[in-house]
Amino acid sequence: MTPLLSVQGVTKRYGAHIGCADVSFDLYPGEVMGIVGESGSGKSTLLNCMAGHMAPDAGKVVFDTRTDGPRDTLTMSEPERRMLGRTDWAFVHQHARDGLRMGVSAGGNVGERLMAVGARHYGDIRARATDWLERVEIAPGRIDDRPTTFSGGMQQRLQIARNLVTGPRLVFMDEPTGGLDVSVQARLLDLLRGLVRDMGLSAIIVTHDLAVVRLLADRLMVMKSGHVVEAGLTDRVLDDPQHAYTQLLVSSVLQV
Amino acid sequence: MYVAVKGGEAAIRNAHAWLAEERRGDTSVAELSIAQIREQLSLAVNRVMAEGSLYDPDLAALAIKQARGDLIEAVFLIRAYRTTLPRFGATRPVETADMACDRRISATFKDLPGGQILGPTFDYTHRLLDFKLAAEGGKEVQQAEQAGDAAPAPVPHVTGFLNREGLIEEAPRDDTPPPDLTREPLEMPADRALRLQALTRADEGFTLSLAYSTQRGYARNHAFVGELRIGTVAVEMDIPELGFAIDIGEITLTECETVNQFTGSKTEPPQFTRGYGLVFGQTERKAISMALVDRALRWEELGEDDMGAPAQDAEFVLYHSDNIQATGFLEHIKLPHYVDFQSELELVRKLRREAGAEPMQEAAE
Amino acid sequence: MTDQAYNFAYLDEQTKRMIRRAILKGLAIPGYQVPFASREMPMPYGWGTGGVQVSAAVLTPDDRFKVIDQGADDTTNAVSIRSFFERTAGVATTTVTTEATVIQTRHRIPEVPLAEGQILVYQVPIPEPLRFLEPRESETRKMHSLEEYGLMHVKLYEDIARHGHIATSYAYPVKVEGRYVMDPSPIPKFDNPKLADCPAIQLFGAGREQRIYALPPYTQVVSLDFEDHPFEASRADHPCGLCGAVDSYLDEVITDDAGGRMFVCSDTDYCETRQAAGHRGKDAA
Repeated sequence: MTPLLSVQGVTKRYGAHIGCADVSFDLYPGEVMGIVGESGSGKSTLLNCMAGHMAPDAGKVVFDTRTDGPRDTLTMSEPERRMLGRTDWAFVHQHARDGLRMGVSAGGNVGERLMAVGARHYGDIRARATDWLERVEIAPGRIDDRPTTFSGGMQQRLQIARNLVTGPRLVFMDEPTGGLDVSVQARLLDLLRGLVRDMGLSAIIVTHDLAVVRLLADRLMVMKSGHVVEAGLTDRVLDDPQHAYTQLLVSSVLQV
Repeated sequence: MYVAVKGGEAAIRNAHAWLAEERRGDTSVAELSIAQIREQLSLAVNRVMAEGSLYDPDLAALAIKQARGDLIEAVFLIRAYRTTLPRFGATRPVETADMACDRRISATFKDLPGGQILGPTFDYTHRLLDFKLAAEGGKEVQQAEQAGDAAPAPVPHVTGFLNREGLIEEAPRDDTPPPDLTREPLEMPADRALRLQALTRADEGFTLSLAYSTQRGYARNHAFVGELRIGTVAVEMDIPELGFAIDIGEITLTECETVNQFTGSKTEPPQFTRGYGLVFGQTERKAISMALVDRALRWEELGEDDMGAPAQDAEFVLYHSDNIQATGFLEHIKLPHYVDFQSELELVRKLRREAGAEPMQEAAE
Repeated sequence: MTDQAYNFAYLDEQTKRMIRRAILKGLAIPGYQVPFASREMPMPYGWGTGGVQVSAAVLTPDDRFKVIDQGADDTTNAVSIRSFFERTAGVATTTVTTEATVIQTRHRIPEVPLAEGQILVYQVPIPEPLRFLEPRESETRKMHSLEEYGLMHVKLYEDIARHGHIATSYAYPVKVEGRYVMDPSPIPKFDNPKLADCPAIQLFGAGREQRIYALPPYTQVVSLDFEDHPFEASRADHPCGLCGAVDSYLDEVITDDAGGRMFVCSDTDYCETRQAAGHRGKDAA
């Protein structure tokens, strides 16, 4: 089977400091990969390099495109990459404000990706926006309200709806539950788990929260100082950590 | 019965005549001469030359007279005239190091080679209205004392002293011909030469406010006036037929170099950075402002953070600093817009009708 | 008549060449905004300097020139621009649309269909249709080059969600030949259909913003809309009070302070031609 995404030797340096070094892995369709590590471990740098927000110094990020099969997204032209960014790829930011248009209604936010790929029927766009608001548990009556009137958890769910409406084949998530209250986190995680299962989503989730990966990720990579120190099936890594750092990470969570 | 807005031509003619009358004012009061404006309102003349981008005190004085003292209008007259002038060529870069300084101060060193020269400044005047000036035909003004007859010693740049120690960033000589703002469209990103070119003709008030905002914390860059100098420099031009450069005249310039803090980075040891201002005439408020804004705009090349401050935003600064563009567009909203307004009117009526709002009254048509 | 102190049509030949190059590039890439080195003109920015420079670059001594503002030949700014070219170019002028070879306009397209051989020059205040969605020029140019126009439709979507209609009544954005989204200048949307498939050359000049763009003859121009909320060219639902026309764009004129008003053609030439042919509206003397 062709991997959906094949990351090969991705390296990013900031001057003498290493962002991430020689990271490689394959992600298969329907799989969820978790990347964990403390802040400064290089997990966000890696995510940004993969998603095309940052240019790595070395490596390849090969995506299995619908039309041309596997292609290195780093050598794609800007229009091609942007097209990918609004069709097959989605990016959920940690802060909903970074991923939403705060001055545009909830319906407009969800509809934007549809319109960007050519949807021109107002009624259809609205119907799909309504459907998606319901799927992320936002009352359809809020469709014409701006996200500024939403709570933090609702904003994050709206961001997810906005990203998933075009049925992306790969979703990048950067600390999707970060900055939310614990009870709100639980509800969001529950929602995400449902969506991942129902839609068979392929996703890469960066987080420092092991509870998130235990619930959502099939496989796990542990990063420290820019390097992947351990990788494997989620349950295996969390229940039987091999690397000293992973052991520390797991035990510190258990102590809480 | 409706009468169309006829007679636009006659209305314009009359408006012009009235304007000329107002410009002259009370004819029992003597008319201002160009020479009077040039000599006695010289700072206004300087500003018009600087923002009009044309060094000609007589034309600037004429523009001020014609504009009834509205300096932006006068700048506009100069610009519109300037754009029609043929271009014979470009001069050599002026050497401000060889400036014959009327004024030269440094805020960073108490004393320095070339000395501090206060010059004709308002700085230490007490801002008290001088009613003696109201008495016309007053006695001759007191002559300032001349400091000796010796040929003026060269006045080296302050930043040169810092440079010798490597304390300030290098500013290597660059003979790349700068882009010409008046001959090519302004496009982003703009390099420093282009930014400086836009700033030197920018509106003084706008530049001042931006510079002030950096001092108050919107992209603060801790500026010291390393040096401010005002004086005359020779303008030289290469004459191809002669094969060498000749003096074609001299102009008064104000130059300001600021010395700004820089914390350094992992790769660069701490050193001072520069902001630069150079403006036609004695225009020191503008030159200092320009240097502060120049420095703020350099955040990217110096690896500083984008604070989201207006003075850091080159697009914002450059697209809004030209007072001729600004005043034209601002004032154009006086022109008739009734076609647009009519379509808005129809739309609002339609939306209100649909929203069920009753018209206030059935209009008699 | 011509003022000898200036070159024909005011601008020097080198400047005109520069502008003509920009016009040709604009014609070659319909709807694309070509940057050009706009000159200071002896009239303020925002008062038609872009249109004046384009007119100056295309006028020849044999042309017959017409200037309208809000559709009318006799509004003050139209008078001022017409007399500028009478003085600097000495060209013949006219108010009759069909007789003009070059027509400079602000905010209207004449009612009489234009013909091959005519040039319509628009004065443009803000050439960038995306400007009020994205203030940065560097960003909007990228959006055009990558054809990222989703945001434009978001704006239209928001209008319908809020008002039930697309609430843009003038400067209504269009898509040119399926590629560039273009601002047609602040003409009422009533005029938008006239942009398309027009036999005349249409040139757009924005002086302060330093942009020229163009529509060559017979260009496909489509007003943006939704399938279920199609574009509608609207006008006041009245006949012209002077000539009785029911197909022209109307100005509303307040006639007294008791709510009295009448509607008259904004295109003065159209209205006068109809009146001369014997058409009368209910308010005609």
